[in-house]
Amino acid sequence: MTTIASTQTQQARSGTRRMMNVAMPTIGYTVLVIFALIQILPFLFTISNSFKCLPAIQAYPQSLVPVPPMDVTCEPTIIDDTGRERKTVLPADETSKQVTFNPTLDGYREIFDQKLPRWLFNTAFVSLGVMFLRLLFDSLAGYSLARLKFPGNRIIFFFVLSLLMIPGIVLLLPRFILLKEIGLLNSYPALIIPFSASLFGVFLMKQFFESIPKELEEAAMVDGAGRFTIFFRLILPISTPAMTALAIFSFQGMWNEFLQVLLLVSSKSELWTLPLGLSFLRGEFGEQLRWHSFLAGSVITTLPLALIFFMFQRYFVEGVSYTGLKG
Amino acid sequence: MIEEKSPTSGAVPAIPPQKVTTMRTTKFEETVAGYLFLTPALIIFIVFLVIPLVIAVYISFTDWNGITPLRDDDAFETIGDDNYQQLLTQEGRRQTRFFTAVKNTTYYVIGVVPTQTLIALILAVIVNQKWLKARGTFRTIAYLPSITSSVVISIVFLWLFSRGGLVNAFIELLYPAYGDKAINWTDDSTGVFHWVLKQFGVTRADVGDWASEKHYGLRTWDWISGPSVTMLMIMILNTWTTIGTLMVIFLAALQNIPSYVYEAAAIDGANVWQIFRKVTVPLLKPTTFFVITLGLIGCFQVFDQVYIIGGGDATLTVAVLVYRNAFGTGSNMGLATATAMILFVIIFIFTVVQRRFFGGERANW
Repeated sequence: MTTIASTQTQQARSGTRRMMNVAMPTIGYTVLVIFALIQILPFLFTISNSFKCLPAIQAYPQSLVPVPPMDVTCEPTIIDDTGRERKTVLPADETSKQVTFNPTLDGYREIFDQKLPRWLFNTAFVSLGVMFLRLLFDSLAGYSLARLKFPGNRIIFFFVLSLLMIPGIVLLLPRFILLKEIGLLNSYPALIIPFSASLFGVFLMKQFFESIPKELEEAAMVDGAGRFTIFFRLILPISTPAMTALAIFSFQGMWNEFLQVLLLVSSKSELWTLPLGLSFLRGEFGEQLRWHSFLAGSVITTLPLALIFFMFQRYFVEGVSYTGLKG
Repeated sequence: MIEEKSPTSGAVPAIPPQKVTTMRTTKFEETVAGYLFLTPALIIFIVFLVIPLVIAVYISFTDWNGITPLRDDDAFETIGDDNYQQLLTQEGRRQTRFFTAVKNTTYYVIGVVPTQTLIALILAVIVNQKWLKARGTFRTIAYLPSITSSVVISIVFLWLFSRGGLVNAFIELLYPAYGDKAINWTDDSTGVFHWVLKQFGVTRADVGDWASEKHYGLRTWDWISGPSVTMLMIMILNTWTTIGTLMVIFLAALQNIPSYVYEAAAIDGANVWQIFRKVTVPLLKPTTFFVITLGLIGCFQVFDQVYIIGGGDATLTVAVLVYRNAFGTGSNMGLATATAMILFVIIFIFTVVQRRFFGGERANW
């Protein structure tokens, strides 16, 4: 009796297990696919609508497939009955059908007329500047804290760690005041120098350098190499993974930075970055949002980072998990 | 070693004097190099972190308006803790605004932090399953919003959630009657809890006098409003943005749990839920602590999205109030820095309390 009963429960258990083996992946995939759609659809709609005329953006169902004629003029000038030239707006159903639409570059043209090239240059310049300086300063400091023995080493490390506790919002206004007092407000240095070293970067580089075997440097030292030579000739070349992660985070952080840029250069439009420019456009357009040019601007702002992301994905993920692991 | 040396002489082998100097020089050189390497970063940290912090503390005790140059004799006066009192204890417009911001930020944090942590954890556990294919693709898609500019995301969400936007169109597709009373996500200051109560016919007039009593500049009724509809939309936006990063962090921690831990649990007869509850969650405790700390610090300082999308008091957060106090009409830098300092203290307290509850051990595997 007992044997039969136990076989039965065993069968029942293996039955549930088999059912679980089918059910779990089904539920799992369903959840993930829904999640993936929620994450990706806003991007797809943004891209497709940035190529539409304004009325077509508001049309439903949303068409997603571009078909010729390419590059239609959304607001053609026509000559009306009285012989005057007049601008009209193509109605939505002229350019957008159920699933297909005729693409236009009007949104891109409009946003390019809004100083966008300048914003793009500023964003790239500032982000690259911050990135290169951080690579240099953070790795130097990280190496010093990780490997060089000198009085004060530990104290300085704890000092750096404790600074990590200060939330950015506290530093925002006094930094603004400071830069204003020394006359750097509304200049490129204001967007680069204060950000040219990062606590997180020093921390990340220190952790990385500590993982390099000491024997390597000791061998070089026996050969008579000084610390500078060792650092620049030996350590930096083998630090590509950490340096790439730091480069990407710095570049991305500065490219997307809004609040600091808003405070430091907003009164000088030649220095605006892409996020700042777009935010000011929102204020300018008010309720009459020119969505096609807005979405075009969004695509241009996102595209460079997206490309970098797809190229260096591994480092993004490694960098994030690195911070996660080390707290 | 000793045996080797003993044949040469009975005395302690003399260290060649040259070597001593080399050692000393090396040590000296190392100290010089150590400080030289640190100098650029330290200068930046001191000038742009430490000094500003000191300035912030000092200015928060003055009445400086932020416009008069500091060199002027009458630029400011030290007024003690007056700014702090105006914000915290003195009844008036400033106190009301401050606590409105505190209320909104609190609802925001309570809504976003647990939601994003839980969803990220569940997704990470699913993505970590052995049977899953295309793991990399899911991770890529999840991470994509994290690299996008907050301004861009705010603009895109402003469009998606506009009255005639895609989100409303989608809801109408599922629920046709919705069209008549479509929600104006981007500009609706109704509190979500107020809205729910109203569906049951409950308004402030119905619940008695207690609801009209003022505490810290706000009526009890206003304290229990919940986040406004627009705030709810911003909460959805930020959860959407952050989940990817948090998921990748959780995933990295999960991949470090050796598979024999799960196998042992499975042999002991644990089912999927038990394994999740009794094995995965406890092992992830340090990572969860890190993720929640990260979430708290970020959420308490939410600015960009609110600045772009929000407008009035219904979406006012403390970070936005700091900005408005500094640069808005009748601006006062003393008051603004005091607001920021209070936010600093709030964040600090929350991090410490959180550490107590979750245990502060660092993740070490």
